[in-house]
Amino acid sequence: MGRKLTLGIDIGSTTAKLVLMDGDTVLYEKYRRHLSKVRQTTLEMLLEMKKEIQIDEVSVTVSGSAGMGMAEAAGLPFVQEVYATGEVVEQKAPDTGVVIELGGEDAKVIFFNGGVDERMNGTCAGGTGAFIDQMAVLLNMTADEMDEASLSATKIYPIASRCGVFAKTDIQPLLNQGANKSDVAASIFQAVVNQTITGLIQGRKIEGKVMFLGGPLYYCHGLQKRFCETLKLTPERAVFPEYALYSVAMGAAMVARDHEPMRFSSVLRRIENSTSAEAHSTDRLEPLFVSEMEYEAFRARHRRASVPTVDIATYSGNAWLGIDCGSTTTKLVLIGEDRSILYSYYSSNRGNPVTLVLEQLGEIYRLIGNRIKICGSAVTGYGEELIKHAFHVDEGIVETIAHYTAAKHFQPDVDFILDIGGQDIKCFRIRNGAIDSIMLNEACSSGCGSFIETFAKAMGYDIKDFARLGIFASAPVNLGSRCTVFMNSSVKQSQKDGATVEDISAGLSVSVVKNAIYKVIRAVSPKELGKSIVVQGGTFYNDAVLRAFEKELGANVIRPSIAGLMGAYGAAIHCMNNKESTLLTEEELKVFTHKSTTAVCGGCANRCSLTVNRFSDGKRYISGNQCSKGLGEQKSEELPNLHAWKREYHSSLKPIKGTRGKIGIPTALSTYELAPLWHAFFTSLGFEVCFSKQSNRATYEKGQFTIPSDTACYPAKIMHGHILELIEDGIDTLFYPGLTYNIDEGASDNHYNCPVVAYYAELLNGNMEELQKVRFLYPYLSVENARELTKTFYPILCKLDSGIARSEVKRAAKEAFAAYEAYKAELRKQGERAIEYARSHGRRIMILAGRPYHIDPEIGHGIDKLASSLGFVVVSEDSVCHLSPVQYVKVLDQWTFHARLYRAAAYAAEHKDTELVQLVSFGCGVDAITTDEVRSILEDSNKYYTQIKIDEITNLGAVKIRLRSLLGALDERG
Amino acid sequence: MQDKSYVPFTKEMIKDYTVLVPNMLPMHFKLISSVLKTHGYTLKVLENSGPQIAETGLKYTHNDTCYPAILMIGQFMDALLSGEYDTRKTALIMFQTGGGCRASNYISLIRKALKKAGMEYVPVISLSFAGLEKHSGFKLDLKKMKQLVYAVLYGDLLMNLVNQVRPFETEKGSAERLADEWVRRLGEELGASKRISYKKVRGKYREIIKSFMEIPIENRKAVKVGIVGEIFVKYSPLGNNDLERFIINEGGQSVVPGLCDFAMYCVYDMIAEHEIYKNSHLKYRLTKFVYNYLNKKRTHISEALVESGRFDGLTPFDRVVHLADGLISTAVQMGEGWLLTAEMVELAESGCNNIVCTQPFGCLPNHICGKGMMKPIKELFPDVNIVAIDYDAGASRVNQENRLKLMLANAKKISARNSSVADAAEKEAQQKNDTAYCNAEK
Repeated sequence: MGRKLTLGIDIGSTTAKLVLMDGDTVLYEKYRRHLSKVRQTTLEMLLEMKKEIQIDEVSVTVSGSAGMGMAEAAGLPFVQEVYATGEVVEQKAPDTGVVIELGGEDAKVIFFNGGVDERMNGTCAGGTGAFIDQMAVLLNMTADEMDEASLSATKIYPIASRCGVFAKTDIQPLLNQGANKSDVAASIFQAVVNQTITGLIQGRKIEGKVMFLGGPLYYCHGLQKRFCETLKLTPERAVFPEYALYSVAMGAAMVARDHEPMRFSSVLRRIENSTSAEAHSTDRLEPLFVSEMEYEAFRARHRRASVPTVDIATYSGNAWLGIDCGSTTTKLVLIGEDRSILYSYYSSNRGNPVTLVLEQLGEIYRLIGNRIKICGSAVTGYGEELIKHAFHVDEGIVETIAHYTAAKHFQPDVDFILDIGGQDIKCFRIRNGAIDSIMLNEACSSGCGSFIETFAKAMGYDIKDFARLGIFASAPVNLGSRCTVFMNSSVKQSQKDGATVEDISAGLSVSVVKNAIYKVIRAVSPKELGKSIVVQGGTFYNDAVLRAFEKELGANVIRPSIAGLMGAYGAAIHCMNNKESTLLTEEELKVFTHKSTTAVCGGCANRCSLTVNRFSDGKRYISGNQCSKGLGEQKSEELPNLHAWKREYHSSLKPIKGTRGKIGIPTALSTYELAPLWHAFFTSLGFEVCFSKQSNRATYEKGQFTIPSDTACYPAKIMHGHILELIEDGIDTLFYPGLTYNIDEGASDNHYNCPVVAYYAELLNGNMEELQKVRFLYPYLSVENARELTKTFYPILCKLDSGIARSEVKRAAKEAFAAYEAYKAELRKQGERAIEYARSHGRRIMILAGRPYHIDPEIGHGIDKLASSLGFVVVSEDSVCHLSPVQYVKVLDQWTFHARLYRAAAYAAEHKDTELVQLVSFGCGVDAITTDEVRSILEDSNKYYTQIKIDEITNLGAVKIRLRSLLGALDERG
Repeated sequence: MQDKSYVPFTKEMIKDYTVLVPNMLPMHFKLISSVLKTHGYTLKVLENSGPQIAETGLKYTHNDTCYPAILMIGQFMDALLSGEYDTRKTALIMFQTGGGCRASNYISLIRKALKKAGMEYVPVISLSFAGLEKHSGFKLDLKKMKQLVYAVLYGDLLMNLVNQVRPFETEKGSAERLADEWVRRLGEELGASKRISYKKVRGKYREIIKSFMEIPIENRKAVKVGIVGEIFVKYSPLGNNDLERFIINEGGQSVVPGLCDFAMYCVYDMIAEHEIYKNSHLKYRLTKFVYNYLNKKRTHISEALVESGRFDGLTPFDRVVHLADGLISTAVQMGEGWLLTAEMVELAESGCNNIVCTQPFGCLPNHICGKGMMKPIKELFPDVNIVAIDYDAGASRVNQENRLKLMLANAKKISARNSSVADAAEKEAQQKNDTAYCNAEK
């Protein structure tokens, strides 16, 4: 004998792994998905190992996020997983500089040079194995197929990488628009890489050899490729060891050497007995149904809300077709004269909705023969335009209108509709027969249908079975009401505490419901929702979700039997006035072809990625564009757009050669407000003022390696790219002041900036090494008036250049404020002119309100142009706020930019032809305060409040639906 | 502008109203309540906890608001809705700093929550040295302020001693029990008379320290873990999932800066602001006076600790204000501002290489002075190990604890590597005592 066996057990979020070692030799290794049955799986695996290898005594160490609880309960030594990885690397490859390890739900980076530094992903982070799995499901591929496909990619789309929910919002429209799957697959991997860089590497340099560990990096060659390219690694510097999959378990086995050996049978016994100690330590909820009988009564009640179906083979006469091409599913409904359903279809998109609809139309034509005539057709949903163009559908209607039409059919006096679909929650209130307010979930909180589905799959269940399990759960776990990433970790927690699959299933249903009520609708009590509520969307087929909703409300609701088909049904009803349809005929369908290619629009500096769809009739449909420039369409009336005007004004501030050299100012955050001031100030002093260019996606990517806090807002994170751009342009003096206080406009109690705008320079100085090579000026200044500016700036400037006299600074400050005032005056004049134009041309006015930097083309994602293309005259909050008096609000009003918002909202509240849409950056803490106030100013005057949360997301699909819903609602209101 | 109409707390209410106090620092707040009792107030430091607190908070306030606001509002609303209090005879108290951080809006958010629940008649007292609101029934005169300062100083001393003794106590819980006993006794004493002699207070310091030295301890190794961050999640067990207890259970010793430091930070901010904007000279001199007053009091605590020969003293605050020089300007004053950076440096410098930086998810100032300063601090102190932990209504404990475990595992590995651990630790402790002495003498 004489051998000393050590065993490492690594139980991660999705898999369990074993490594048995004798000294440095690995005797046995195995891995398996544990489907949340942690103890059982471990035990089975150990028993299997015992069959193959004779083990008497062994030293054991457990590791992994799900292993923590088991180790504790079983009284076995535990080692943190990153620490275990560190052990392996130090022993097997001591020349490693950096380790990047991706697991099921964790991402880790370890730096070995200059003091070991180990990092794990934060609570808000995607980009891991589970994320890749989710994305593969979206593409209707296995993870392997997706990997394979990614290798032949020719193009990378920008995909938000912060968390899975965001990424989905980007990917889905790409798929719906027919983008090439290989390109999307590679883009997904790129998103994972970007997430690792911003979330974990956070500005630290990658030096020496880089070792890649963990399942995803072991299996996905596409991912390996993206990492190597992005980090610019030569093959010698990128290490993909054969033990990548087992590194944690192997590390645990190495750590086990320090522990006393114990009898293998005792290890087994300890794990086996650990099960009893686990029950019910997480917070639990009441069961959904007390008895079988209660459930039956519930089902009987809901069966009443149904639509008659008629056998299509027996029907003859007129029919109307509704298509709902949603984000994850496509639905078709064909109805007869009496609105009964002749044919319906519901399927997940499996990547390409065009193919699906083509198949279905063929099927419908086959079934109707000559007996039935399709008199009209309408399409709604994310893929509306694509399908409309492809098949010459008669009408395209906004989702909200389609849903309301359908809900009215079931409940004529419906006053509240809640729709939980695959990836979004929509709710609208109806007052006096018109849609009164619309609420959509913001991209960060869509704990919706697809979440439960992906979870079911991860745990090895079909969604239907998974849902059924929840119905009779005895003690549903309380998972909170937050975004899906947080729910993921809550589920992990409950697994650790030994919750059953039943309890988790029910808990997820409750969470989805709570998310909808408290996060999206933001209701305090069910009374706020309405008296007659209709719920719909595929997610409500899940009885557990439906029941959870009724329980949370304390009232019964109506779920139509066609809950998942409501959009399509509503669309069909909506087009019933149609007599002759333009829909492609059966013959035309036979020769139908669809090809999509990608292109980059050269219309402007935005360089949008376009997807060009070509159909057999020679027609094209282009998507991905932010404006209509690249579409080759006729130029229509150019409406005033104050966002565009402000951008042009900024571009007109050109460098003027001076005697004191160049000074670079990043075009980001407060610069968007103060550029005219700084331009005049420094020009007067004889500096040549160079602003960085307005941002695009590349600006962000350029600087992303130096961002220390990935949850800061996008407008701040993009700053890093601007700094680098200026330095690359050879400018050796950079300026971005610290401004605790903003301009005082006398409209607020104090005149602060938000902490990020005020102090971001400190962060830049501490985290961007490039700044050490240049002179970076970030003095704390007062911009209250010329005198204060002189007072605070002169002492700093004269230290910089002793030749600068106080009188010069004084003059410069005067000129600076004159220039700033001139800009403000012109801005206000332009605002008034735009309003005048709108009124004389019968146009609607949209105050696209936010903060000054939201006009940046990359931060605002061209929403202003979109609004313009929908027929709005777009003005900014700062161009109209002077038209309303100072507002008195219920919160402490001590930020200059906030006061502008409140006044702009008051203007919209007072004018029938003016709507306000508020842009809010993800992560903006202070906007949690303003949004409620702006909403109440508007709603007190019976106006719609529309909020758009923006982040790195680049696809405008969701925004478009939102703005069109607003338009639709306005039209119905009249 | 803010709509300045609010329900004031009037003189008439003092007599029969119960004032509810959120639970941020249990010991401090109980002592403060005792002081206010002598002035005729009835205060109650809330102790309700559990998951329903966050849930109630989420119901009554915007979900993207900071976690501390959600918790404090949750705690208030949970108490008011419990039926335990006559809501017509109940008032709430909340501190308000009035800076550019959204935390200055807590009062407004509480009032909005009350309105949502149909209880807008409940007065909310703004405890603010900036004098943002007027409540005739709640005025801070000099005498009251002095007493409050003593309560805070006692609280800081007790917290400091508990942290230094707890990891080594033979009988678990003895340090905490002793502290509770002191809170009761000191509260009674502070409450017994309206006049307190500072000499007596200083005498009490020694008595308190002596009593903590008598707690039986064992010779154990404990990894020092510093806790810094946003003030509420840094201190409140409700906010940080009982972080201190976790650290102790994992064999660590928590090091937490006192509340007096935060108060001095707020005062020093006005001095720093004056240096930039040079506004009111009178205000400058007044703040300078307050700063010096507090500084002296804080030094006395440090001296008493060092005198014991066993406990670590405090870094002089005059030094603390310069610790972040070159990293961040003292003009950064929103949230915990430059103090957060300075505290991390203070810990690193004193050999406490493990630092937990606690923050509510999406805390704006912490992007700059917390996460934004970690890289430069690590460059100065390569051995320091800083973990940023986000706290949030949805964040799970496993995730948080996993990161802490990683940090502790590394710390233990490093200390094991230094072969003669015990010797080194002893030497280090000796040295630190020496420097503390030196500092105190300065």
